[in-house]
Amino acid sequence: MKKDTSAVWKQAIRTGLIGGSIVLLLALVGIIGTFKGRDIISGWISMGQILFLAPIFLFAYNAARRAEAPSKVGTILVGAISGLMSTSIAAILYLLGQIINLRAMFANASPDLYTMLTFGQGPLLGVIILLLAGVLIGAAGAGVLLLPSRIRKALSQAAIWAILLGLLRELLMVVISRWGVVAYLIRWIFAQNGLAPHGAIVVFLIIGAATYWSAGRKRVAINNLPPQQKKKRLVITLVVSGVVLLVLPLVLGIFFSEILDTVGLYILMGLGLNIVVGFAGLLDLGYVAFYAIGAYTVGVLTSPELGLFHLNYWQAMPFAVVVAVLAGVILGLPVLKMRGDYLAIVTLGFGEIIRILALSDWLKPWLGGSQGIQQIAHPWLWGLELKNQTQLYYMILVGIAIAGFIAWRLKDSRLGRSWMAVREDEDVAQAMGINLVATKLLAFAAGAFFAGLSGTIFATKLTAAYPHSFSLFVSINALSLIIIGGMGSIPGVVVGSLVLMGSPELLREFAEYRYLVYGALLVVMMLIKPEGLWPEARRRLELHEAEELAPGTAAQPAPNNAGQ
Amino acid sequence: MSKRLFVMFSFLIVAVMMLTSCGPKAYECTDALGCVTVAPGEPIHLAYALVISGPDETLGIDSRNGAEVAIAMKGQVLGHDVKFTGEDDGCSAEGGQAAGTKLAADPTIVAIIGTSCSSAARVAMPLISQAGMVMISGSNTAVDLTVAGNANNYPGYLRTAHSDSVQGAAAARFAYEAMGARKAATIHDGSMYADQLQQVFAKTFKELGGTITTTEAVDPNQTDFKSVLTSVAATGPEFIYYPIFVKAGSLITRQAKETPGLENVKLMGADGMFSPDVVEGAGDAVEGLYVSSPDLAAFGADYQAVFLPKYNELFGTDPISIFHAHCFDAANIIFAAIEKVAVKDADGTLHIPRQALRDAMYGTKDFKGLTGNLTCTPTGDCADPKIAVYIYHVGQYPPERIWP
Amino acid sequence: MLRTWRQRITFSDVVVWAIGLAIAFMVVYGTIATLRLGKYSPETWLDLVITGLALGGIYALIALGYTLVYGILRMINFAHSEVFMSGPFTAAFLADALVKTGIWDRYPLFSLALVLLLAAVVSATIAFLLERIAYRPLRTAPRLVPLITAIGASFFLQYAFRGLYGSGLKGFPTLDVLEGYWSLGTIQVLKTQVVVIFGALAMMLILFGIVQYTKFGKAMRSVSEDKETAALMGIDVDRTISVTFIMGGVSAGVAGILYVILFPVAHFFMGFIPGIKAFTAAVLGGIGNVPGAFMGGLLLGVLESVGPSLFLDGMGIPAPYQLKDVIAFVILVFILIFRPSGILGERMAQAKA
Repeated sequence: MKKDTSAVWKQAIRTGLIGGSIVLLLALVGIIGTFKGRDIISGWISMGQILFLAPIFLFAYNAARRAEAPSKVGTILVGAISGLMSTSIAAILYLLGQIINLRAMFANASPDLYTMLTFGQGPLLGVIILLLAGVLIGAAGAGVLLLPSRIRKALSQAAIWAILLGLLRELLMVVISRWGVVAYLIRWIFAQNGLAPHGAIVVFLIIGAATYWSAGRKRVAINNLPPQQKKKRLVITLVVSGVVLLVLPLVLGIFFSEILDTVGLYILMGLGLNIVVGFAGLLDLGYVAFYAIGAYTVGVLTSPELGLFHLNYWQAMPFAVVVAVLAGVILGLPVLKMRGDYLAIVTLGFGEIIRILALSDWLKPWLGGSQGIQQIAHPWLWGLELKNQTQLYYMILVGIAIAGFIAWRLKDSRLGRSWMAVREDEDVAQAMGINLVATKLLAFAAGAFFAGLSGTIFATKLTAAYPHSFSLFVSINALSLIIIGGMGSIPGVVVGSLVLMGSPELLREFAEYRYLVYGALLVVMMLIKPEGLWPEARRRLELHEAEELAPGTAAQPAPNNAGQ
Repeated sequence: MSKRLFVMFSFLIVAVMMLTSCGPKAYECTDALGCVTVAPGEPIHLAYALVISGPDETLGIDSRNGAEVAIAMKGQVLGHDVKFTGEDDGCSAEGGQAAGTKLAADPTIVAIIGTSCSSAARVAMPLISQAGMVMISGSNTAVDLTVAGNANNYPGYLRTAHSDSVQGAAAARFAYEAMGARKAATIHDGSMYADQLQQVFAKTFKELGGTITTTEAVDPNQTDFKSVLTSVAATGPEFIYYPIFVKAGSLITRQAKETPGLENVKLMGADGMFSPDVVEGAGDAVEGLYVSSPDLAAFGADYQAVFLPKYNELFGTDPISIFHAHCFDAANIIFAAIEKVAVKDADGTLHIPRQALRDAMYGTKDFKGLTGNLTCTPTGDCADPKIAVYIYHVGQYPPERIWP
Repeated sequence: MLRTWRQRITFSDVVVWAIGLAIAFMVVYGTIATLRLGKYSPETWLDLVITGLALGGIYALIALGYTLVYGILRMINFAHSEVFMSGPFTAAFLADALVKTGIWDRYPLFSLALVLLLAAVVSATIAFLLERIAYRPLRTAPRLVPLITAIGASFFLQYAFRGLYGSGLKGFPTLDVLEGYWSLGTIQVLKTQVVVIFGALAMMLILFGIVQYTKFGKAMRSVSEDKETAALMGIDVDRTISVTFIMGGVSAGVAGILYVILFPVAHFFMGFIPGIKAFTAAVLGGIGNVPGAFMGGLLLGVLESVGPSLFLDGMGIPAPYQLKDVIAFVILVFILIFRPSGILGERMAQAKA
């Protein structure tokens, strides 16, 4: 469909302005400044500069794609205009900053930022260069559109890998320090800060070539294989992943074991919350309460500090899990008849109540108050005390295996189907003979079981339980990871946990902007791919139902889930 | 023919070996904990474990800034640049464990500045201690971290911040002796820092002969304290001690003045409230607010003339708490210790023996820092035991020193 | 009738009622014990109530935003707490500039009006952008999706503002005009508290008036009842929703300024807790219901203020004010047990629950 020229220009300008606003936001929020010190290619380009230029590039690409200009020159022109618009916003910021002291309000509008925006040149020359750079990058962005798709894929993969390697340099250094000769080879591509130029070129070429080659091959879809082969593949995949999981912490070292432990604990919690929210559709915002109850019960029962009990870990754990399940039932009772949003706030309240009670002076003699409970016992297994992260990793792995198995079996069981029926429409489910009370209470109980289990492991890993560890953020983390991973999907929980819990641990600069990126990611994911990164089949159908209907008809609003 | 070649070759090798063995020997590390090797041209790696994100981040960011000013002002140590990287300790135990694990796994780190919060230190220290590293904190105040024989006391730990036992007791003495108060109330905010301080205060105050009329607690993020203050007023105290942080503290100060029954009551905070944000947040009500802190009389002209401008130049604002000063001192103690024990090789490689570094840091005596004259005890308390009390005046920062 | 009633009751109902009665019993017991102790004078109680009303007024204003959006979109706008925060935080800079140029002291009411205007505009803009970017594309998605988007947007905005304006506290200058007390008979009320209470009341009446008595309000109510039919009737649904968000944003901005009049400190995290409290208040009063939100807000404020002293002190609990949030949530559960749709129950348009 041909668009008339003025609309095309307008769209290009608009896209460019949006791209420029994003650059403006990134600059003023301080992300560009923070990443300035981290070089991707040592001496050439830093992550900050990439964050500055990438939106311009990407939005120019987008503008060119939407424009569908007939001629090559036209496409490039569209990109150039978009790029120009983006950098003009940056230029305006710069010029404004020279006139008035923006720093009084925006702490990040610093001289350093201005220097970066103008590439180190003075005011007049810098602005000209800035605008020129915009044109060039915009043109390049559009130009990429003109390349054949294989080359495009190769270029983007190569760029992504180069950036990733540059960002994760320190981590790789720490991990491979145990790998001997391989370490030497890998170390060669890096410089003091980021990739060395020669290393960058090598990586670029290798990944680019690999992608180019693999993009040209034909791939057989897994589902099209005959069942025998499919089963064989499945078994092989499982065995290989099993071996990898068992060997992982030994290969990666204790540093990664720590990250894997955190990810694992959240997977355990996510599996439980997945049942409550994903299967049964009950939005529980106070999930951290059961986590806390599990941890504190183990603490109270095993710590010599309070002088109340002195059990060992294995004796205390079943108690703790039972108490958590009871708490789940007690919480579930008052909220049985509540509608979806009321349920959310009441569960949130419950989470806060538990935290405040754990913190309170009133319960200090039993729960430790603000000082928490320390000296929680480590579990002993056949004479070996499980105390460092690697050992606990295996314990968590076992826990996840058990929990995953239970969740998987529950999903396809009668109870699981009852949950999904309740999620879709309570009234109809009740009419079908499902006991709403029992079903909902069982959902809460199951969720509490997993959270309590996870809490006990958390407590022993830390050998302490502090109320400050059990804030609303934990619930929000768990909720986010199951949503982004894929609601109701068990592999989705793993993916979500890896992405959301793993990345802040890996990128240090990230820590300052963690929740900013979190929030942006949640919004973007919901807008683009709400069924999550590894969706459950039913969910995906449900969410894209409109598109499944006859293409060409206007998207119908999907029937809203009533009565929730 | 080949035999001859072989003999010649062997001769050559032996000759080379003999030649290289003459001349200056490379340094061999004999330290019990190992050494950190810094090649010429490479930076010395210093790390931090501070809370740099989340609601408590001003604490950690300010601490980090203080250390960065020290690094900027020092320039180079023994001809090497200083690289300063770190982890977020989240002011929580799990954050401390994560940070501690990561830092302990990096053998290039010489010393760590951190943690921000004592709960993080308790969990991070076993890992860091085991890795042979040394950690010095500018804001840990929990008493048990430096008590010999305590489960939470580990070799390799030092701090330039005051133990709560010192500060709380000083505040109690001030209230009883200098202010003549006999009835006091305390308010804490659920943090370990505030809770321990008010406990020590209460204990000392009662030993001196006073009575505590009530102990209350608030949430650090709440903003309305009128009800709590009204309730406290009903118990009739002469002095209210609330050793909490700036956000809640400035609001309590303001609202106390508006609470009937508390108009003439003396208000006091601890070093968590030593910050220009209190002057800004409490406005006119800040007049007459007392606060305890390390004795800044030792700061001297250097603080205003050299430190503050540098801080402003690097970060664009004035310091937001008092802990930057502790971390500035911590960094300088590290530098001094490195300079004392490091051995430079013939080819310029720097070797820093870990145990010797620890011993040098524990042996710090009469170190002139921003926070006073620092001498480290064998268990790691380096803070100058002199605590002073200051009084705030409207629009004025820093507050005026009035006691002892 | 007794027989059918007995047949319909289940075990869980009994347990829940037991919980409710236990709560009621503890409340009454605590109250009697405290009053018998006589620790607090009537003036103190009155003071606490007025403090509670002032705080409650702010909760009410924020709750109005939640309730308006819920009524029309059936979704909880979690990011409303950041809409609330953005106004006063930005206006604090303007106030600073006004103080520096001396205008603040010379023309206090004018300055206040200016600051109010800026806060309302900023909050409304954020609310508008929120709706356009994050919520509009998700109108037909299952209910959990926009909820998650809202949570994500909330965190995003919080930390974006933290990045923009810094993580420290920003003091808000006080108005000399509003310093001090007004006396009503024997009691002293802070001038700022009076301004807040009446400001909240005025805003509530304006919003209620708009919703009930104007043509636009009728459009809002019809969109809330049935979007498709409203569209068929010629109402521009998109515009109605946008304007609803803007209204919510304006009320949040005004609430923000009232908030910093009472507590003159702004920072990026300031919206989070009041947001949750206001959300609770809205649910307490019956979500979707404008007078309900107002009532819920006032009730919550008073409960938080008076509750710990009244209920807990008598039972000998140390540091009762630490548990004031616990009281608030427990009372919420209590009310929802016996009146599941909140105190004033019905929604903007009497739709099926």
